[in-house]
Amino acid sequence: MPDLHYLTIHEAADLLRKREVTSRELTQAALDRITAVDGRVQAFLAVTAERALAQADAADARLAAGETGDLLGVPVAIKDVMATKGVPTTCGSKMLEHFVPPYDGTVVRRLFDAGAVMVGKTNMDEFAMGSSTENSAYFPTRNPWALDRVPGGSSGGSAAAVAAGEAIYALGSDTGGSIRQPAALCGVVGMKPTYGRVSRFGLVAFASSLDQIGPFTHDVRDMATVLNAICGHDDADSTSAPVETPDFSAGLGRGVRGLRIGVPKEYMPETLDVGVRARVEAALAALQEQGAEITHGVPLPSTEAALAVYYVIAPSEASANLARYDGVKYGFSYQQGATMWENMEKTRGLGFGAEVKRRIMIGTYALSSGYYDAYYLKAQKVRTVIRREFDAAFEKYDVLVAPVTPSTAFKIGEKTADPFEMYLNDVFTLPVNIAGLPGISVPAGFVDGLPVGLQVIGKPFDEETVLRVAQAYEQTADWRATKPPL
Amino acid sequence: MKLDREVVLHIAKLARVDLSEAEVAMFSEQLSEILTHFDVLSAVDTEGVEPTAHTLPIRNVFAEDRSRPSLSQDEVLALAPNTEDGYLRVRAVLE
Repeated sequence: MPDLHYLTIHEAADLLRKREVTSRELTQAALDRITAVDGRVQAFLAVTAERALAQADAADARLAAGETGDLLGVPVAIKDVMATKGVPTTCGSKMLEHFVPPYDGTVVRRLFDAGAVMVGKTNMDEFAMGSSTENSAYFPTRNPWALDRVPGGSSGGSAAAVAAGEAIYALGSDTGGSIRQPAALCGVVGMKPTYGRVSRFGLVAFASSLDQIGPFTHDVRDMATVLNAICGHDDADSTSAPVETPDFSAGLGRGVRGLRIGVPKEYMPETLDVGVRARVEAALAALQEQGAEITHGVPLPSTEAALAVYYVIAPSEASANLARYDGVKYGFSYQQGATMWENMEKTRGLGFGAEVKRRIMIGTYALSSGYYDAYYLKAQKVRTVIRREFDAAFEKYDVLVAPVTPSTAFKIGEKTADPFEMYLNDVFTLPVNIAGLPGISVPAGFVDGLPVGLQVIGKPFDEETVLRVAQAYEQTADWRATKPPL
Repeated sequence: MKLDREVVLHIAKLARVDLSEAEVAMFSEQLSEILTHFDVLSAVDTEGVEPTAHTLPIRNVFAEDRSRPSLSQDEVLALAPNTEDGYLRVRAVLE
């Protein structure tokens, strides 16, 4: 029997089906692993052991009754940005330290209906704003491959939890790279589906036109399995796309022969880390070997402007979304002031951390009278230009392949002094959110012992081809055989 | 564009965020620097280009006009820091 805590979903489901393990045993193995390593990794804000074992027993009863299901009885970790009924949902913020949602988000409910066992809520940058999980109001999460380095962010806890074997899969959210970037830096598979594919109901809002929930898994086959469970239209989210969900698992295993792969010129700049470049080139060679047609130098000329578009639009939307934290309805509340306004301003001044305040300030400025046209409206127009450039590329290519990040995981504290330097981490991932496209990060080897991710970007609602390419590459290498030195 | 102390305080007022003196100084520096990186936007030709608010090909979404169960008043007010007789309670609004 392999280590239970490092099983894939399909391996775990197989053992459960054959009655070789119980959900309780799988869950206990995950909880034991958390006890053994999380003091060092710090992936979890809350471990819900008692509740998990109760869910495991319920899953075992369903299995004993003859029910089957890919996720039935399998342990999952959930980013603390998703509402979980009766379980605190802090969003990594002091503002929501004592917030206990009275409902489950749609995706959480779908997983629970499928028999998932939640082992805990994972750490994150406050309100999902950050690229290193250092902006958590509680503590930083550490990269399982090198504990003095960041796991990426904002879903750093979820990525680290899967990499460290503390959960078999996890959920995160991706507004500008917050799933793909930590997946790359932690050496696991992470995917942002097409905007509208997954309901955002119960996802604490950051930037509503960019946010999307997605999974972290050990392999691409598991990714398809979790997507099957979480995707689909939801009346509770008006931006949920009214489209059919294909069987993502059925589309796997067809290889890449004849597929046209474009490599965007702007995503392979001179400044790209040489080790990362070498891993991406090796992956492209492997895909070519499998029969894909690779074309380098595909132009996406507005890539340089994408960072500015993102850092206007995301903070603008955030400044509006975060207006709800007023100390009146729920969350942290300062009550010592003489007036309502004083209480509200102190609530927000004390309840939000520096990065959240920074983005609220940027967004408020960009939306303020006299600057709206120059910043917000202009950014929305450039957003259209960026979308058109992707559209043009997808007329010639089935997918685009690129690095996920400009470098491997950096040291904790290395980039906290300069916010803009931190923002540059997402330069290859945030254009995908701007255009609403599906994108995956799949492990592509190591540089000096640190993981590198390969990004595959697809047409809107064409997750199937993205998964197909990612799996074809995955099968040329066995990176999963190497585990973090914990 | 340099954001001086007055502008930072004005934005903080609009956003209803109380800032410490140290934060006002820090944001004056950092926001000014971040804004210089936005200059790249003006270099992109957007003549005649429509803005994108979101990427889905849908506009308005209508729901059937009928009532559905929702959370109870008790459950929702239990989250509030200060309530009275089924209302949210705040300090005087008018100064």
